[in-house]
Amino acid sequence: MEELTLAQALANLSDLAPEIWQASLETGLMLAIGLTAAILLGGPLGVLLYLTQPGQLFAHRTVNGVLGWLVNLVRSFPFIILMVSLVPLTRVLVGSTIGPIAAAVPLSFAAIPYFARLVEQTLREIPRGVVEAAEAMGASPAQIIVKVLINEARAGLISSLTILTISFLSYSAVAGVVGGGGIGDLAIRYGYYRFQSEVMIAMVLLLVVIVQLIQFAGNRLAARLDKR
Amino acid sequence: MIHLKNVHKRFQKPEGGWFDAVRDTSLHIRAGEIFGLIGFSGAGKSTLLRLINLLERPDSGSVTVDGQQLTALSASALRRARQNIGMVFQQFNLMANRTVADNIAFPLEIAGWQQADIDARVAECLDIVGLTDRAQHYPAQLSGGQKQRVGIARALAPRPHVILADEPTSALDPKTTQSILDCLQDINTRFGVTVVIVTHEMHVIRSICHRAALLDAGEVVEILTVQDKQVSAQSALAKSLLEVA
Ligand SMILES: Nc1ncnc2c1ncn2[C@@H]1O[C@H](COP(=O)(O)OP(=O)(O)OP(=O)(O)O)[C@@H](O)[C@H]1O
Ligand SMILES: [Mg+2]
Repeated sequence: MEELTLAQALANLSDLAPEIWQASLETGLMLAIGLTAAILLGGPLGVLLYLTQPGQLFAHRTVNGVLGWLVNLVRSFPFIILMVSLVPLTRVLVGSTIGPIAAAVPLSFAAIPYFARLVEQTLREIPRGVVEAAEAMGASPAQIIVKVLINEARAGLISSLTILTISFLSYSAVAGVVGGGGIGDLAIRYGYYRFQSEVMIAMVLLLVVIVQLIQFAGNRLAARLDKR
Repeated sequence: MIHLKNVHKRFQKPEGGWFDAVRDTSLHIRAGEIFGLIGFSGAGKSTLLRLINLLERPDSGSVTVDGQQLTALSASALRRARQNIGMVFQQFNLMANRTVADNIAFPLEIAGWQQADIDARVAECLDIVGLTDRAQHYPAQLSGGQKQRVGIARALAPRPHVILADEPTSALDPKTTQSILDCLQDINTRFGVTVVIVTHEMHVIRSICHRAALLDAGEVVEILTVQDKQVSAQSALAKSLLEVA
């Protein structure tokens, strides 16, 4: 491999600009679908995990045990194995096993139990007495969930979502390599298979910047919402 | 007003076996009364208080408040009945992410009040407890005494007939304690709200209660009466508590 000048590396990268943009969009799409699934399905699952614990509103040992076991089961799969195992399901759901939408299936599958656990942990920090006060005032379970639990835990929930987003940015890179596209895939295709190290470096730098931005925004929002 | 009839409550001990926290107890609390529940730690005061709004469900016996037998109600009817029974806690139990005004508005939102009525009632309650200037503060920005005033305003907001208070002054210094007790007494005289207050201090009984039940090991030992800040008592346990105070 011949020496590469900085100017040439930058020129190569600027030639790749449309592909980098495309890859960024693909990563964004994978994340958006995975996170939406996590919030819409993992969120309620987390609330249920919390509420069925002993001493809580819907304390139920069996339901809590079964849900906890299912969550652990999915979470114990290494992500790459989960992806491969879900290929048949992905084909049924999406009609294809490549592309960002197909990759979003295993991503969602992993994100749902992950977020459910984060939500459960976050809700545990709310003092029991606050929930009890709402019960004593005659609040219904739905009112307690929305007006007390979620509102009191809102800063922690945003922090959980930040953690989830950053973890799944990295998962989406793995998913990308196995046919999903995205930033990770681009880095491997050019940086690894074609020995264009400058592409690898640029993509890693891009991911570093995205992670820092997500964390910064998450911290800011959480701090603003937290009145404790 | 409040009739507890042969209520019994037992808890499962962590190491197995059962513990009788309230034993086959009957109690009648009159409308407009400030009624104390006093006794040593573990006597069952909190459990008895929580039986009144069914935060603890009795294993046997019945609870009647305001002519309504709570132990016979469905879950949704019980929720409506609870909107008529305010509760004040030792640890305040305010919602940290709601302002003072929004904490007081909470029971009214739950009960489905119109926003304009909520605003008016919240302003009234803030005035009653003297916290009008703190309406937009968050609980974390208040002193313990101020937090408890918010707790009282919140309990008072839906115009309940009964307020239950579990050691509302135990987390406060003596001077603040007195101002909170005065606040409860004020609410009792102005609005005729029946107040049930748990305490382990004879001072609290003497200072605001009309009558009190002395509890020991889950049973009512004696009903104490207060006249001109004097507590009359017969039992040895009551006398020992009076000596401490
Ligand atoms: N949820 C529960 N599970 C198990 N035991 C309980 C529970 N609640 C209360 N108890 C037990 O019942 C007994 C009476 O408790 P309670 O809280 O009513 O006492 P108390 O008179 O209010 O005491 P304190 O002054 O310490 O607050 C105690 O021995 C307590 O350990
Ligand atoms: Mg107690």
